[in-house]
Amino acid sequence: MIVVIDYNVGNVKSVCNAFQHIGCDVKLSCEPKEIEDAAGLVLPGVAAFGYAVSALGTTAELIKKVALSGKPLLGICVGFQMLFEKSSEYGEHNGLGLVSGNVIPIPSEQTVPHMGWNQVKMPEAMNLFAGLGSEKHFYFAHSFYAEVNDSEAKVAFTDYGFDLPASVQKANIYGTQFHPEKSGQVGLKVLKNFAQLCKGTNS
Amino acid sequence: MLATRIIPCLDVKDNRVVKGVHFLNLRDAGDPVELGARYSEDGADELVFLDITATIRSRKTIIELIEKVAENVFIPFTVGGGIQTVEQIDELLRSGAEKVSVNTAAVQNPNLITEAAKRFGNQCVVLAIDTRRSKEHSNNWQVCVKAGSEPTDIDAVEWAAEGERLGAGEILLTSMDADGTKAGYDIEITKAVTEAVNIPVIASGGAGKLEHLYEAIVDGGADAVLMASITHFENYTLNQMKEYLAGRGIPVNL
Repeated sequence: MIVVIDYNVGNVKSVCNAFQHIGCDVKLSCEPKEIEDAAGLVLPGVAAFGYAVSALGTTAELIKKVALSGKPLLGICVGFQMLFEKSSEYGEHNGLGLVSGNVIPIPSEQTVPHMGWNQVKMPEAMNLFAGLGSEKHFYFAHSFYAEVNDSEAKVAFTDYGFDLPASVQKANIYGTQFHPEKSGQVGLKVLKNFAQLCKGTNS
Repeated sequence: MLATRIIPCLDVKDNRVVKGVHFLNLRDAGDPVELGARYSEDGADELVFLDITATIRSRKTIIELIEKVAENVFIPFTVGGGIQTVEQIDELLRSGAEKVSVNTAAVQNPNLITEAAKRFGNQCVVLAIDTRRSKEHSNNWQVCVKAGSEPTDIDAVEWAAEGERLGAGEILLTSMDADGTKAGYDIEITKAVTEAVNIPVIASGGAGKLEHLYEAIVDGGADAVLMASITHFENYTLNQMKEYLAGRGIPVNL
C-alpha cells in the first residue's frame, strides 16, 4: 500500500487518481499507523511552503522517521521542496532536511511562476526515469526552486535560463519539482517506477 | 525551454459544454467529461473548465463534475466561474483541479487574490479578465464582470498589472470583441497585457485558424493560447495545431 499524505492542502486527490489509474493500491491518509505501515509514502503539495509545513505539523517527524527507515518517499512539487532544509517563500520556514539545499525564488529575469511543460534531461542512473529515454516534457508549476547542495543526491535538471533541479534521488528519498500526476503518459510512467520501488520494500 | 501551451476551454452550463459568440447565442458542444478526456488524449497541454452558470446550485454540480474529470484527465486543468472565497478554492483544488481562475470576485475583492496566493501558492491563482474595447476611448479596454454582462471603469492592462502585484500567477485574458468570431485573437490587447506583466498570459477569444495561434504567440507575446470553437466545431486536432506551430519554430510539447 502506497500512502499519499493527506494534510489539508490542494491537489492530493489527483495523485491518488493517477496511482489508481496505473493499478496501484493507494490510500490518502494522515493516520500515523497507516503511514508507518505503508510500503512507500508520497508527499504531494499544492500550497505555499509555509502553509504546507504548518499544515503537516507533527506528521513531518513521522514522515522523516519512516523515510530514514529506508522506505521510498516521493515528494512532489512543494512536497519535493519540503525534502530540503529551508525555504524563503513568504518568510523563512524549515523543511524536513532530508536532502541538503535551500528553496529560493526563481530569478526574476525568468517568467515566474515557471509554469508549463519543460524538457527534463534524465540521467540513466535515476530510478524514477527508468525506461523513459533521455529527455521528456513534464508539467511544472512553481515560483520557488530547490538549490540542491547534497553530494549524495543525484539530480535531473531542466533548462529554464539556468539549470533548474527537476528531480532528486538520495538513497530511498525521491522528489520531483514537476507534477508526474499531471504530465500525461510520461508522468504516469514515473509513478509506475516509484510504485515498483515500493514493491521492493516488501511491506 | 518551456513549451507554448495549447489549452482547450470548456464552458460548462447545465452539465454540458457550450460555446457562443461574444458570450451570447450558446451552442451545445458535448459532454464535459468525455470532451475533457478526448482533448487530454489528443495532446492538450492543459484544460480550462468554466462554470458559466455559476449559481449556488451549480456549485455542487461543478464539484461532482471536476471529480469525474480528475479521474480521467492526467494533465493540468483550471476551474473557474463564480468562485468567491478561499474555501471554495480549497474545495476545487481538493476535487482535483490544478488551478482556479477568479474573475468577478477578484474585481469586487482584490484581496481574494492575495489570500489565495498565500495559501495555495501564486501558481494556483489565475486572474481571468474579460475585456472589450471601450466605446468612449478606443485606446482603452475595459474590464467586464459577471460573465461579461457588466462593464466597469477598470482598465484591463492596469488590472492585469495590479493582479500580478496582488499575487496572481497567470492572466487569462479574454477579448469579448473577438470571442467566438473565429476571426483571430485581439493582438493589440494581448500585446499590451503581455508587455505590462511578467507572469504568463493566456490569450483567449477569436481563434479560428492555425495562423491565429501563431499570431497570438509571436505578435501578441502570449505564453499560451486558449481556444474553444476551433476545437469544438472546426475539427482541428490539437496535434495539427502543435505540428503547425512546431513547423513555424514555436516550441511545443509534441
